[in-house]
Amino acid sequence: MGVLVNKNSKVIVQGFTGSEGTFHATQMIEYGTNVVGGVTPGKGGQTHLDRPVFNTVKDAVTQAGANVSVIFVPPPFAADAIMEAAEAGIGVVVCITEGIPVQDMVKVKEYISDKNVRLIGPNCPGVITPGEAKVGIMPGFIHNPGTVGIVSRSGTLTYEAVDQVTKAGLGQSTCIGIGGDPIPGTTIKEAVELLMNDPATEGLIMIGEIGGNMEAEAAYYIRDHGTKPVVSFIAGATAPAGRTMGHAGAIIGGKEDTAQAKKKILTECGVHVVDSPANIGTRMADVLKK
Amino acid sequence: MNLHEYQGKELLRRCQVAVAEGTLVENASEAIAAAKEIEQRSGQGVWAVKAQIHAGGRGKGGGVKIAKTIQEVEQFANNIIGMQLVTPQTGPQGKKVRKVLIEQGIYYPGESEPEEYYLSILLNRQSGRNMIMYSPRGGMNIEEVAEETPELIFAEEIDPKVGLQAFQCRRVAFNLGLSGDAFKHMVRCVAKLYDAYIMHDATMLEINPLFKTSDNKILVVDTKMTIDDNALFRHPDILGMRDILEEDPMDVEAGRHGLNFVKLDGNVGCMVNGAGLAMATMDIIKLSGGEPANFLDVGGSANAKRVEEAFRIILKDPNVKAILINIFGGIVRCDRVANGIVDAYKNIGDIHIPIIVRLQGTNAEEAKAIIDQSGLKVQSAILLKDAAALVAAVLAR
Repeated sequence: MGVLVNKNSKVIVQGFTGSEGTFHATQMIEYGTNVVGGVTPGKGGQTHLDRPVFNTVKDAVTQAGANVSVIFVPPPFAADAIMEAAEAGIGVVVCITEGIPVQDMVKVKEYISDKNVRLIGPNCPGVITPGEAKVGIMPGFIHNPGTVGIVSRSGTLTYEAVDQVTKAGLGQSTCIGIGGDPIPGTTIKEAVELLMNDPATEGLIMIGEIGGNMEAEAAYYIRDHGTKPVVSFIAGATAPAGRTMGHAGAIIGGKEDTAQAKKKILTECGVHVVDSPANIGTRMADVLKK
Repeated sequence: MNLHEYQGKELLRRCQVAVAEGTLVENASEAIAAAKEIEQRSGQGVWAVKAQIHAGGRGKGGGVKIAKTIQEVEQFANNIIGMQLVTPQTGPQGKKVRKVLIEQGIYYPGESEPEEYYLSILLNRQSGRNMIMYSPRGGMNIEEVAEETPELIFAEEIDPKVGLQAFQCRRVAFNLGLSGDAFKHMVRCVAKLYDAYIMHDATMLEINPLFKTSDNKILVVDTKMTIDDNALFRHPDILGMRDILEEDPMDVEAGRHGLNFVKLDGNVGCMVNGAGLAMATMDIIKLSGGEPANFLDVGGSANAKRVEEAFRIILKDPNVKAILINIFGGIVRCDRVANGIVDAYKNIGDIHIPIIVRLQGTNAEEAKAIIDQSGLKVQSAILLKDAAALVAAVLAR
């Protein structure tokens, strides 16, 4: 079954008729995701990819029963799109958009804090429960239904981990890309918690990077409440201090947020840390055999 | 985007923050004229001559001087303009100074003792809220204050629902030990600084020192301001303040081609799609016995044009002894990327260092065949561990 999304999810695409939205909606539909329509303000009533277009998220909820939304809206309007989805009662909002201003996200985080919504992203590859639903931009074919849950701040590095897991003869329960922004809707710890509580997940892979304290927070959760083995890789051991490495969140500030410091904390909390990103899959397989 | 001190102060003035009077100059004669004019306006014959570069710790490197005569203004301006200023934040090569700010002296006789405070506004990533951090111990390195006297660092977190409240501004002023006029000025100053931070989509605004004059005014003496790159679309005026001379020329060129590039000091260049995988690839290079020469994210599309520009930028670095290309093809097909690499390689012509290409994902096998049959001196791999082994082998030669 996995977490967040499954074959029963009723997914809508915000920014449905734009080029990104169209391309990825097509890919999601081909994968078998239950895409029930999309939202493009002003194009309500039209049909796109054989599915209805709505003017508002509220319309998509009341008329198509949407409960999951994936957002491809350009950065200046993306914060508004997230809040609209939350206000309309969507339970899981996945925001792919990269480049949302930080102050917009400060407002979004506050706005959704008292609503019954789980935001994944922004600036993320999305969420996939293999064989059931792909809600995002990840390549579906590298995934294989299975029992390894993956949490990551990165896109292609997640695909790398997924691919290694598949090649090691295992599969994935759910892969959650939380995104690389300074203010993520869901933290690593929250994503780890979801997978720890998921009966379909037997082992976890946690891919972190330099910057922030989310990995440490997750490590303490795993130490105190973990029930399943966790393998982790932290990217950026060679990154110099004070420089942004692509992800707005990946900038080394204090002593605590270097790759070395994070690996130390994770190891102390009982996480299986790999130094090489080439060993993520094999290590997971070894750990699960024991 | 980082701003110069004088630019940050300009933005603060627009929000009615009291800022030390100053004029930006590019040579000594302009400096003299500016100093005389400031003297006329303020009635004081003391000036600060301050190098304008994007780095902190300027005073330690000799980039900030107090002049007590016009002759000293001229002398310091002459010394500082054109110097290669080395500070704890510039690295050993330093930064060339092109402009200095001539500012009014802030010390003058008055009823009370002048004081220096520290105040910064920034995002608290843990809570996802903005916060004001401040300390009565200003004018010095705040990291040292945090280490030696953590009890003298205070914070106010701002609730995004209602913004900064008056009681919080008062608490700042109380904690800084102020009373009377200085208290009132500080309350106003904190509110205006927060306005300026929000209005301009700053991600960091640091005032060190925030100064209490001998006549109990609160004055911004230094300003470090960073603007959110993602918000520049709504601040065209700030976009015009970008000083590309302060940025690494290779970073600037890469940015023009849509590449995210950071130059490093190692011997193995790399070209990767995605920031996380790029960092992981740098780590692999290190584990294989090399040192990464750069961080380079070619982005999602990884087309021939971008690959070629990425090649050219990496090859400009004479320290690069090998290049590792690591592309995970998801939506972008590996065979297309492989063709792009082959075309780029042929277009550039004289590549004399080993290239290792690792393509994985959609059509990876076809891509490997394209590379292997191209006749070029390029080694290919599909698995990351195989690519790492190839890098190690090349470096061992």
